[in-house]
Amino acid sequence: MEFALSEEQEILMDSVKKMLDENISIDNLREHSKGDDSLRKSLRKLIIDMGLPGLMIPEEYGGSGLGVLEASLVAEQLGSYAAPSPWIGSSIMAPTAILFDKENNLAEKWLPLIASGEITACVSLSEVIGKRSDLGLVLDGTNVSGVSIFGIDGELNPTIIITAVDDNLILVETDNNGVEINEIPTIDSTRPVVEIIFDSSKCQIITGGKDAIQKTIDVGRIGLAADLLGASQNMINKAVEYSLERKQFERVIGSFQAVKHMCAEMAADLEPCRSLMWYAAYSQDFIKDEASLLACHAKAHLSEIGQDIARTSTQVFGGMGFTDLLGMHYWFKRVGLSRQILGGPERVRKEAALIQGFEL
Amino acid sequence: MDLNAGPEYIDFRENVLSFLEKNKHMAGKARTPVRPSSEELKWQKKLIDNGYAARTIPKKYGGYGAQSDVLKSRIIAEEFSKANIPMGMANQGISMLVPTLLELGSDDQKNEWISKTISGEVIWCQGYSEPGSGSDLASLQTKAIVDGDDFIINGQKIWTSGAQIADMMFCLVRTEPEAAKHKGISYILIDMKTPGIEVRPLMTMTGHAEFNEVFFTDVRVPKNQIVGKRGEGWYVANATLTHERGMLGDPNQSATRLNEIIDLMHQETINGEKLINNPIHLDRLMKLQARVLSMSFNSLRLLTASHKKLDAKMAKLIVKLNGCQLNHDLAGFAIDLLGELGTIYGKSNHDHGSGKWQWKYMFDLGLIIGGGTAQIQKNIISEIGLGMPREPKPMVNGKK
Repeated sequence: MEFALSEEQEILMDSVKKMLDENISIDNLREHSKGDDSLRKSLRKLIIDMGLPGLMIPEEYGGSGLGVLEASLVAEQLGSYAAPSPWIGSSIMAPTAILFDKENNLAEKWLPLIASGEITACVSLSEVIGKRSDLGLVLDGTNVSGVSIFGIDGELNPTIIITAVDDNLILVETDNNGVEINEIPTIDSTRPVVEIIFDSSKCQIITGGKDAIQKTIDVGRIGLAADLLGASQNMINKAVEYSLERKQFERVIGSFQAVKHMCAEMAADLEPCRSLMWYAAYSQDFIKDEASLLACHAKAHLSEIGQDIARTSTQVFGGMGFTDLLGMHYWFKRVGLSRQILGGPERVRKEAALIQGFEL
Repeated sequence: MDLNAGPEYIDFRENVLSFLEKNKHMAGKARTPVRPSSEELKWQKKLIDNGYAARTIPKKYGGYGAQSDVLKSRIIAEEFSKANIPMGMANQGISMLVPTLLELGSDDQKNEWISKTISGEVIWCQGYSEPGSGSDLASLQTKAIVDGDDFIINGQKIWTSGAQIADMMFCLVRTEPEAAKHKGISYILIDMKTPGIEVRPLMTMTGHAEFNEVFFTDVRVPKNQIVGKRGEGWYVANATLTHERGMLGDPNQSATRLNEIIDLMHQETINGEKLINNPIHLDRLMKLQARVLSMSFNSLRLLTASHKKLDAKMAKLIVKLNGCQLNHDLAGFAIDLLGELGTIYGKSNHDHGSGKWQWKYMFDLGLIIGGGTAQIQKNIISEIGLGMPREPKPMVNGKK
């Protein structure tokens, strides 16, 4: 029994961290949020150069064949740097979904292209996560029409969309197929989400039914939980760092117990989440009976803790936390988006109760 | 990450299970602060002989003499807990004094006390806190003055659990009043039957006296009863404080408590609705379950770190703060589930078991305060864990 990251996992995490550290700053995040595409493009190239997009894709399809835990370590680093890059949709959820297919050779066709970084895949599951009465998808034979919202990783002209209709996942190609993709302006400029309008678009049904949908959601929640963990840890680190520089009453503010205890409470809340995260991500590949429950708990719990840390750490910065100058609001907002997509905490806890057979 | 047990550990678990199956009829009930009965002493001996108590204490001091292996220790704890059979004796002598003597005691002290302590023959209490020295423990004022071959001790201790039944006390006293406060303290072993010691029960908010006050008036203790050197008591005691904090906030206890709450929610019906079917209660249950799981996994992480002799840093520093608060919150939830019946504290026809939860709810608040208050824990987390500075000391007479 070993409850710790392996040396290989540490190396993977450190190498992603180093790359992000060298390439992301508050200044270029700010330029990005004003509409400058250069960070998004350069980051994409670096991630492809490191061979990351196919991290979870089996080697036979050109990937690295690693697991959900490794993918979550990358997600954690992306959250830690508020990196504007596809990951949870294209590199975690889409490969998981496509590997369920047993009939259409979808894995042979698409996974090598995702792994090489030639294409991205957008995953949009509002139809099953939080269906709205005024939106939805209709399947007519093998053609889908309607609107799906909050697609993840739809910002780089994705070649394929994975969405769900009538208890099945479907795959839709975007080229010349009646598909329109528009970014939805949310609080979080670092990680765009999209609406997708299908107009009688040809699609292929991915086998696996409800199990395939559930598994795709589970791994997506793991990715979001890891992003929340990274973002929250970064906010604590930055708050502590600032408190050791900023002086008031001729002392650094980090020497006041009022400030120290805010930081200690954040650290005490977050540290056990790391263990929850590791176990939940590990369970996706190795403890299948617990995988859905743990994905729910990781997502809901980190959403709550992340929200507390986002506000408390902002308060440590005082007035500066409220300004755009330090840019801490990019993480505050990223945490705000992660909390809601693929199910807000109450909805996800309700699922956790149902999974355990507690009747509502 | 690899959560599979190796073959050695699978075999070990089998051994524990077969021991429990064969011997469980001998086991007593959970410990209460009374002297162990002869059956309990027999059970303790059986456990030591089989390596399920005093496991890593050397044979020459009456222990089992196994190599330290945290994974095996955990397997023992897990299987005893699952079978609802009490582990070996857990008291402050065994958990705090014995590790201290092993590390810092003289050969005579080791030979004299370790064997009798782990067998349950000698019961110890801890004399650290004083009315004027709680969080600032190093300011303690109980004095020991040298007189010939003895110390003469005067002063008062508080929060002394088990003092009414203890044979001995391990105690911090000030031996060098001129030295800086951390450097003037000694760690002394005191026979509780010595003339001049008075034990008074300390009634708490629970309505019970879980603690005592102990008064010392001209108490004579031989000088060779000191552990470590004069003035080194603070460092000797810190070796054991680490052991105490490891005991408080145990995640197995939280997991057991959560399961009891789920049973309660299946049993209780209010206004025709089972509590387990109420979505608002379920939401709170799920929140608590996430915290219980997080702390259980955190303890697995600590276990691996300890096995590999690595410092777990923050993961270790947060255990006392989080664990005690979690246990308190679980008890509070159980009371809320019972509603009006949750307030019953005493014999009543309407009792649905609230007394246990009310006691825990109050006693756990004591544990949040005791053993290093929550505020002190936050100081430790921010200073040692996050590298933030200590609160500057105020100027007194122009000096810091």
